Amino acid sequence: MSLEASIRLALGPLDLDMELTIDEGEVVALLGPNGAGKTTLLRAMAGLVPFNSGHVRLDGKVLEDTATGQYVPTERRPIGFVFQDYLLFPHLSVLDNVAFGLRSRGTSRGAAAQKAVEWLGRVGLEDYARAKPAELSGGQRQRVALARALAPDPRLLLLDEPLAALDVSTRAEVRRDLKRHLASFQGIRLVVTHDPLEAVALADRLIVMENGRLVQTGTPAEVTEHPRSQYVADLVGVNLIRGEADHGTVRIPGGTAVAAAGAESGEVFAMIHPRAIAIYRRRPEGSPRNVWSGRASNIELLGNRVRVRIDGEVPLVAEVTPAALKELDLVEGGEVWVSFKATDVGVYPA
Amino acid sequence: MRRERVPIVVVVPAAIGAAFFILPLVGLVVRSPWRDAVTALTAPETIEALKLSLVASLSATGIGLILGVPLAWVYARVEFPGRDLLRALTTLPMVLPPVVGGIALLLAFGRRGLFGSWLDTTFGITLPFTTAGVVMAETFVAMPFLILTVEAGLRSMDRRYEEAARALGASRWRVFTRVTLPLIGPSLFAGAVLCWARALGEFGATITFAGNFPGVTQTMPLAVYLLLETNQEASFILSLVLLLISLLFLVVLRHRWLGSA
Amino acid sequence: MRSRISLSIVAIAFIAACGNGGGTASTSPSSTSLSGYISVFAAASLMASFDALGTSFHKANPGVGVNLDYAGTPTLVTQIEQGAPADVFASADTTNMDKLTADGFTTGASRVFAHNQLEIVVAPGNPKGITGLADLARRGLIYISEGPTVPAGKYSLQALATAGVKVTPKSLETSVTAVISKIELGEADAGIVYTTDVIAAGSKVQGVPIPAADNVIATYPIVAVKGTKSSAAASAFIDYVLSGAGQSTLATFGFLPAS
Repeated sequence: MSLEASIRLALGPLDLDMELTIDEGEVVALLGPNGAGKTTLLRAMAGLVPFNSGHVRLDGKVLEDTATGQYVPTERRPIGFVFQDYLLFPHLSVLDNVAFGLRSRGTSRGAAAQKAVEWLGRVGLEDYARAKPAELSGGQRQRVALARALAPDPRLLLLDEPLAALDVSTRAEVRRDLKRHLASFQGIRLVVTHDPLEAVALADRLIVMENGRLVQTGTPAEVTEHPRSQYVADLVGVNLIRGEADHGTVRIPGGTAVAAAGAESGEVFAMIHPRAIAIYRRRPEGSPRNVWSGRASNIELLGNRVRVRIDGEVPLVAEVTPAALKELDLVEGGEVWVSFKATDVGVYPA
Repeated sequence: MRRERVPIVVVVPAAIGAAFFILPLVGLVVRSPWRDAVTALTAPETIEALKLSLVASLSATGIGLILGVPLAWVYARVEFPGRDLLRALTTLPMVLPPVVGGIALLLAFGRRGLFGSWLDTTFGITLPFTTAGVVMAETFVAMPFLILTVEAGLRSMDRRYEEAARALGASRWRVFTRVTLPLIGPSLFAGAVLCWARALGEFGATITFAGNFPGVTQTMPLAVYLLLETNQEASFILSLVLLLISLLFLVVLRHRWLGSA
Repeated sequence: MRSRISLSIVAIAFIAACGNGGGTASTSPSSTSLSGYISVFAAASLMASFDALGTSFHKANPGVGVNLDYAGTPTLVTQIEQGAPADVFASADTTNMDKLTADGFTTGASRVFAHNQLEIVVAPGNPKGITGLADLARRGLIYISEGPTVPAGKYSLQALATAGVKVTPKSLETSVTAVISKIELGEADAGIVYTTDVIAAGSKVQGVPIPAADNVIATYPIVAVKGTKSSAAASAFIDYVLSGAGQSTLATFGFLPAS
């Protein structure tokens, strides 16, 4: 039992070409920056956006296939869709919102109302059945949207930025609830998000998408330990360099060689943690083989650490303590030297 | 709470604008012979004209809703060549002198008209000089107001609600009746009221296409116009009645439909 | 139905006449010192004939410009009573004239300048074969009338009553011209209008005479409006309408003589 999609479409500046398979039992997060095409991909799978070529198959049944011309309209696909902003019908009560899908699929008024009440109980909103969506808090709306999508018993649950509309203060709690409800749903689950924290918290597997293309997939641990794109590296907060390995060095475009203990041969990624990078005002003496000069272009205080962005032969981000920064007497624009050990460079094939 | 001061450059023209509408009404109220009001109001001709006006204008609004809402939907949602031209043609009666509209209706639906002659020879139906003719004339002149208002409502609504309904399994009809129509409720209401008000005051197209006969085609505006020549005072009273009914409908319905909005 | 003719040719003719040393003006005895503009409010049924009278009066009195304003007689009365700037009022009946006089808007007694009689108006070729008033009550025939406030409508009722014909019109139109245009368009089969209207409509409609015994003779009175700023020119115009030249102009449009 799985969802299998292969979709190619052009929509405005977006050129989307994605293939993905999601199995029952796993919660998958589609992670990517704004404009990567995540929402468009979700809408295409729901039949709301036509695509140029490709197919969508759910549990082996074809929902859409451009090769054969098959197309099951959105309203006949067994999907539950939680939209960004939730899109609860403002003119209907909470109960009628949750019952809407059941009524649309032919359930009688009484049975639909009864099942809707059950669902409201499951999300802890039985007391709000008569309320209008406008009277609810953001978190409550999110739960109604989830109940509304799940009530008709879909096979595939699609969630588009389910927490983006919430205050930071309520987000953590709603996220825990959402994780619990996702766990109890017996179908295929796909969550779209641009927030890595959310993706890691909710999903068993991440699919990272950039500019309409898949860049990386794997468990949250796999993805964060071996970023394969600048986007993921930035999310995780590490330095990522791509280059050619040559027995102990990684040569990056431009000619600079980075000494890296594990480098053998072929195209590789080299990852350096910011904490492994030391900053000096004068050229350091001693063992590190990687020493460059540069200019501190940005200094940012993050909790009890300071991130310093250094422009130079190899642009890097280093992390020091506020005390160390004070000792260095460093301001933005200041000349610095950086160094790191060859053994602090993680190397893996590109 | 401190109230923000309204700028004088707004207040002065706004006050003149309001006075421009209110002064003529004051004139009507002041010059109306209230002693004769009861006689004028209970005259059978008045009651007949009033009844006809209400029946015809409400029928025109009903037809406007049945035909105009789908037309507005097509304009807002379907792309096809010539859409702008078609929209312009169907809203032309808004700028056309109503008398010209009446003549155009005669040329199409009159006894010798393009379509009317076929109606006459095939079914023996003639529309001029009938109440149906009044309804047609009023619909012709008033429906464009409804079409444009509803189209604007459809264009400005958040269409993602329709997608949400589809994703929940709603057929297109169910999406339209349960989601689209309620969401454009205010526009629909405003359009219907504009349509009704225009139909209620319709004169030129009605007298040209449907003629003028008490109880059959003589609506309030026609009665008022004809009374103006024989009994000015009575015509003032009837105008006021027309005015009060419209005011009542507009104020009461607005509250009931739009609530606090 | 109303139209306004502003004789702008008047100004040109006036300049031309001055250049000639006022040769034409001297032919008319009453015209020597007349000048200015007069506004004549005339019943809609007088449109064609008063256009002609206005032009020939101006020829005889180049110093006087004539503005002609036509509408249904009751409309004109309303307008004059609301202060419209009329100098002369030509009515299609005595009732409306009497009302204006009683309300004090006239100067002196009105004078009858023409009579008119009724005719049945039908489509060209008389497709329904109408020969008299009795045919108007025929089943399936669409008869329309002017409203009872319009003089022609009031006279139609009288004529039908005299002939003993009971017929309900399909519509009570606001003017004679509205009745004629609906017959022309084929929406109605017959109506009753003035002989002069049938003549003015030319080949677009056709008249069926009504016997003298049933017919109603309409009386057209004319008067100077109270407060006119050109009373001399106004009474000169009235005199001209009643003169031999004026009467023969009216006769060409189908009016019966004043006396």
